[in-house]
Amino acid sequence: MDHGATTRPDPEVVNAMLPFFNEFFGNASSLHNFGQEAAQALVSSRKTVADFLGAEPEEIIFTSGGTESDNLALKGIAYLKKNKGKHIITSVIEHPAILNTCKYLGDIGYRITYVPVDDQGLIDPADVEDAVTDDTILISIMHANNEIGTIQPIKEISAIAYECGVLVHTDAVQSVGKMPVNVDDLGVDMLSISAHKIYGPKGVGALYVRKGTRLQGLSQGGSHEMKKRAGTENIPGIVGMAKAVELAEQRLEGDTKYLENLRDTMIRKILDSIPESYLNGHPTKRLCNNVHVRFSYVEGESLLMMLNMKGVAVSTGSACSSKSLEPSHVLAALGIMPEEIHGNLRITLGRENTMDDVDYVVENLVDIVKKLRAMSPIAPKD
Amino acid sequence: MYSEKVMDHFSNPRNVGEIEDADGVGEVGNPVCGDMMTIYIKVEDGKLADVKFKTFGCGAAIATSSMITEMAMGMTIEEALEITRDSVADALDGLPPVKLHCSNLAADGLHAAIEDYLKKKEAGN
Ligand SMILES: Cc1ncc(COP(=O)(O)O)c(C=O)c1O
Ligand code: FES
Repeated sequence: MDHGATTRPDPEVVNAMLPFFNEFFGNASSLHNFGQEAAQALVSSRKTVADFLGAEPEEIIFTSGGTESDNLALKGIAYLKKNKGKHIITSVIEHPAILNTCKYLGDIGYRITYVPVDDQGLIDPADVEDAVTDDTILISIMHANNEIGTIQPIKEISAIAYECGVLVHTDAVQSVGKMPVNVDDLGVDMLSISAHKIYGPKGVGALYVRKGTRLQGLSQGGSHEMKKRAGTENIPGIVGMAKAVELAEQRLEGDTKYLENLRDTMIRKILDSIPESYLNGHPTKRLCNNVHVRFSYVEGESLLMMLNMKGVAVSTGSACSSKSLEPSHVLAALGIMPEEIHGNLRITLGRENTMDDVDYVVENLVDIVKKLRAMSPIAPKD
Repeated sequence: MYSEKVMDHFSNPRNVGEIEDADGVGEVGNPVCGDMMTIYIKVEDGKLADVKFKTFGCGAAIATSSMITEMAMGMTIEEALEITRDSVADALDGLPPVKLHCSNLAADGLHAAIEDYLKKKEAGN
């Protein structure tokens, strides 16, 4: 139940990819027949992804994943517009792919504003508006958060950016496939996606770049991907991503409803059956598959290990579980007290999960929390 | 990432709980990650007759607490004072490098409980 980290590639995705490893291994830039099979696949995959996002094929750049898409969006604009301005606005709860890119840009002379979030993880568009200055060149705010699942008001933020004449990028890696994502609806100029979060292969993603938006490529070489990303295309990966997108489109409505029901049932059962348990994030503006809870007096890594022994895979943002021994920056940004941040769990459901799985997790969680509290020096005695 | 011994002590921790009329209590916090541990000792004839713990922390913190209570049980005060974070980690067949600081918590907790006992004893005399 850690689908926020990654998903198992759908068998249909794998089957779509296989011929492009062993049969159609051509280089899409070659003019002979081998190359043409690959070139054809590239054209149709690009169209599939574009259609899914409500974009045009020439607005899609295939990349090696969400991280590269985020880097390309931020650095591509920053480098190109450095003479126009050096100010970028983002938020405190972005994925490291954005945060660390901003940190790097900050180190080489750009100015970064990190807008805060409220205690449910929501950004106030007014804060974004207040942060805009004459030299602001880009606003990058994630569509949905990967830890707590909060969905941001991107439409409102885009409207502000449009008024101010500033470009908007959104990291939609987590929202794609779990809610409708349409570039015109959101009003964004750039949008990042990644295949492995939607039952596609790892190491492939895309960046949508609105027609007319110029950005500087990060790798120099041949003229692949509208000259914005040199390098022979990863055809099997791209074909796999297109298949994943196609399936996501077909399944979107059904999956979303199904997962929302599992999510809400799990949240209700956990909060009802475990005293001093709390929901992190927003009750309704949240990803359909995200359950993020915390329990007083217990520590997240122990929770995770005990659930793992019961065959349940989850994740935690507790300090003890991180290499840096610092709690998750997202939970810290919500203003949760340090001692309360410890006992958090992220459960991200997927289409293979059932209501029985939900009951199984809740039953085990009840026991595990009880066991750990009995061991905890700070838990009140009952 | 954890050894079998660590997993064993984590899933079946020994000597969990409190000692009502403990002779010494050591309460320590881990400044690195903010976790906490309390160790209780009962001393008879200069030996640790009972050792119990309560821990709020990661898997390694729980396993090292459990291990140290097992190691210290029956030892003389002097012997118990010689248990270090390294000897606890060794007894568990090692800890991952990022988790070495957790064994500090256990060693410090035990030493604090013994100091508390010695202080009380002195005050009583
Ligand atoms: C919000 C968000 N952005 C970016 C990424 C990185 O994507 P990728 O793993 O494809 O590089 C992730 C995945 O962990 C994510 O959740
Ligand atoms: S006690 Fe916090 S990391 Fe081990």
